[in-house]
Amino acid sequence: MRNVRVIARLDIKGANLIKGINLEGLRVVGDPREFAERYYREGADELLYVDAVASLYGRNSLIDLVRATADKLFVPLTVGGGIRSVDDVTALLRAGADKVAVNTAAVKNPALISEIARRFGRQCMVLYIEAKASGSGRWEAYTDGGREHSGLDAVEWGIRGAELGAGEILLTSVDREGTGKGFDIELGRAVAGAVDIPVILSGGAGSAGDIVQAVDAGAADAVAVARVLHYGQASLQSIRALLSGAGYYARPI
Amino acid sequence: MMSDVTIIDYGMGNLFSVKRAFEHCGASTAVTDAADGIRTARRLLLPGVGAFGDCMDNLRRRRLIDPIRDAVAAGTPLLGICVGMQVLFEEGDEFGLHEGIGLFRGRVTRIPGGGGRKVPHVGWAALVPARPWTQTAFEAVQEPAGAYFSHSYAAQPADSDDELSHVDYQGVRICAAVRRGGITACQFHPERSGATGLQVLAGFLRTSVALES
Repeated sequence: MRNVRVIARLDIKGANLIKGINLEGLRVVGDPREFAERYYREGADELLYVDAVASLYGRNSLIDLVRATADKLFVPLTVGGGIRSVDDVTALLRAGADKVAVNTAAVKNPALISEIARRFGRQCMVLYIEAKASGSGRWEAYTDGGREHSGLDAVEWGIRGAELGAGEILLTSVDREGTGKGFDIELGRAVAGAVDIPVILSGGAGSAGDIVQAVDAGAADAVAVARVLHYGQASLQSIRALLSGAGYYARPI
Repeated sequence: MMSDVTIIDYGMGNLFSVKRAFEHCGASTAVTDAADGIRTARRLLLPGVGAFGDCMDNLRRRRLIDPIRDAVAAGTPLLGICVGMQVLFEEGDEFGLHEGIGLFRGRVTRIPGGGGRKVPHVGWAALVPARPWTQTAFEAVQEPAGAYFSHSYAAQPADSDDELSHVDYQGVRICAAVRRGGITACQFHPERSGATGLQVLAGFLRTSVALES
């Protein structure tokens, strides 16, 4: 049976859980610790923290939050945002993260992907791609929270990242992110079909049905969902029930 | 005071999560990278990520293999996790053939990919009992149970009696856990498998009490 992971994504700014549209117009949702704990209890398969402003200011403010999370939540925790070096990764893993999601620094220095994979294992190195449609059937990878062009084709960058040692790809559609209009199915299919490592599709979920669609049509191995959970548009329980009904493995809680 | 669990630090992987998970189960923990720490431990935890050969090289360089064998022979309960399970087998063929510690008979081989089956295998899978879990670390695990896996290679036990549990990964049977005497080993990450994983860790603490006395 195919397993599909439902990952609760929490975008963090300072001490707050925030949410925007197209990675912009960030609004405060609440205390990330409370939300993370609730998602853990309700059966999130993994947790994902993305520091929304770290890349802009060149810092990483997540360490305390990571430590507090790892103290009592026992599912895999991935942390992204502003990770620039092996030292940054070491600090996050010491605080309790299991994997890191790296975008901007990997674009600037692709060797960092291999370095992290060699040092901490492939399973630790998640290549984070923020993709925007750039024409029919093409997407460009962006950096710095979806703000800067990289000039890289998202699919080709995914293939290269996998070759360099990435263990998974976190693929966010900047166009769909925060809109609730459904995932970018074409994007998911293009990347997931081109690489042999798992692809986590993110951006655009508005209902539990969208998630089944991402897996069925978008070939996603996992989905990362934020808004749909934060605003109660779908519960983890309803998502699991729908996935299970569609023939996918959903872990018992 | 002697700690309940001694975690073997040989430079391969993240010790924090499993340390925290054991502490959550009420156990005191210590971390050691020395032969003495291993030989005097009440219970041992062998973690591991990365490649089989790298893990064995690091254990060898730090001269920890014989202390682990000695401790196990003296009855110290041992729990191996992920690559820390794999290196307990006789050999692994990740990036060339490498000799393992050999506490379980069998080899570690790559999960066959293709046909939509991606490698690494990342995610949750349903634990299927391969034999009754009574009087093992899995005794208190509530079924149906799911556990979190993240691996490209898997053990193939030569003695089927050693196998505690297996999972299905899109048509491929994967060994999820083994046990022989006081040694228990999990391919999945109990420290990252929610309530099920904590039940396994608590079970390891509980079932290994008998061996202490």
